Amino acid sequence: MSFRRLLIALTSFVLLSAPSFAQQAPPGQSEFVPIKDLPPGDQLPAAPLLIAAYAFVWIAAMFYMWTIWRRLNKVETEMHALAQKTARR
Amino acid sequence: MRKTLGPLVVVVGIMFVAAPFLIAQAPYESTMGLIQKIFYFHVPSWMAMYAAITVCGVSSAIYLFRSRAAADRYAVSAGELAVLFGLMGLITGPLWGRKAWGVWWQWDARLTSALLMEMIFVAYLLVRKFGGPGSEKLAAATALFGTATAPFVYKSVDIWRTVHPKTSVVPLLAAGSMPGSGMPFALSSIAFVLLFVVLLTLRVNLAERQAALDEMYLALED
Repeated sequence: MSFRRLLIALTSFVLLSAPSFAQQAPPGQSEFVPIKDLPPGDQLPAAPLLIAAYAFVWIAAMFYMWTIWRRLNKVETEMHALAQKTARR
Repeated sequence: MRKTLGPLVVVVGIMFVAAPFLIAQAPYESTMGLIQKIFYFHVPSWMAMYAAITVCGVSSAIYLFRSRAAADRYAVSAGELAVLFGLMGLITGPLWGRKAWGVWWQWDARLTSALLMEMIFVAYLLVRKFGGPGSEKLAAATALFGTATAPFVYKSVDIWRTVHPKTSVVPLLAAGSMPGSGMPFALSSIAFVLLFVVLLTLRVNLAERQAALDEMYLALED
């Protein structure tokens, strides 16, 4: 293996593995800490998750209804075209 | 059914608009707090999925053994809805889990089996779409297989040790174990089941129009 290839391989390894080193877990806590006692930065707000869940339900239902409407329109258009074709014969 | 569809759509719309207000009024669960309120639409989405699976399974069995075309139309419509409501459950669940467990996902018995059940119904739809002529029977057998897994998925939390809440949480919510929780839970559950009925009616109508189009093509060829 040439020196250049070795250099590329090493650089790629360092660059690709950097995020995993950066995301190392913090040292473990020695005892249980209630969530309300955690610093504000470590507390996860519930409201955005709750709103996201409800919004997803709405979006999914609406999207599915839209796909039905689209498919139905396509079928109706095709039926109309076919009926005209049959009438011309 | 078609005559009642319009009023039913209005009722479902009103229920879905009213649900967040009732859920907001519901009491906070003592340990989980606000995030527990995801239960009010996470659990009903699974109820709707189980309703869809039941319709898909029964219709597939009828189609498989009696070859009734109408049953096949119900099966494919309910199969799509099983995937839709399953997706709602699989998305809303991790949103709750992120706060309650600290992780988005756990490979435990309930979550894994629910994901597999969803994948079986996705496979059912893929067989229907890309299986070619005659694939309806194979798809119907796949749907029966998926339906057979449903009771195991439901009981998995009672059979194995999992991080997921047990099935006993649903009767407790429905009975209003926390004062004021029964009404929003009942409203959400009814809204989801009615939404399933509305979507099933619309989708069956589409399947019937598609069948009519196929017949027109056949008549033109003759």
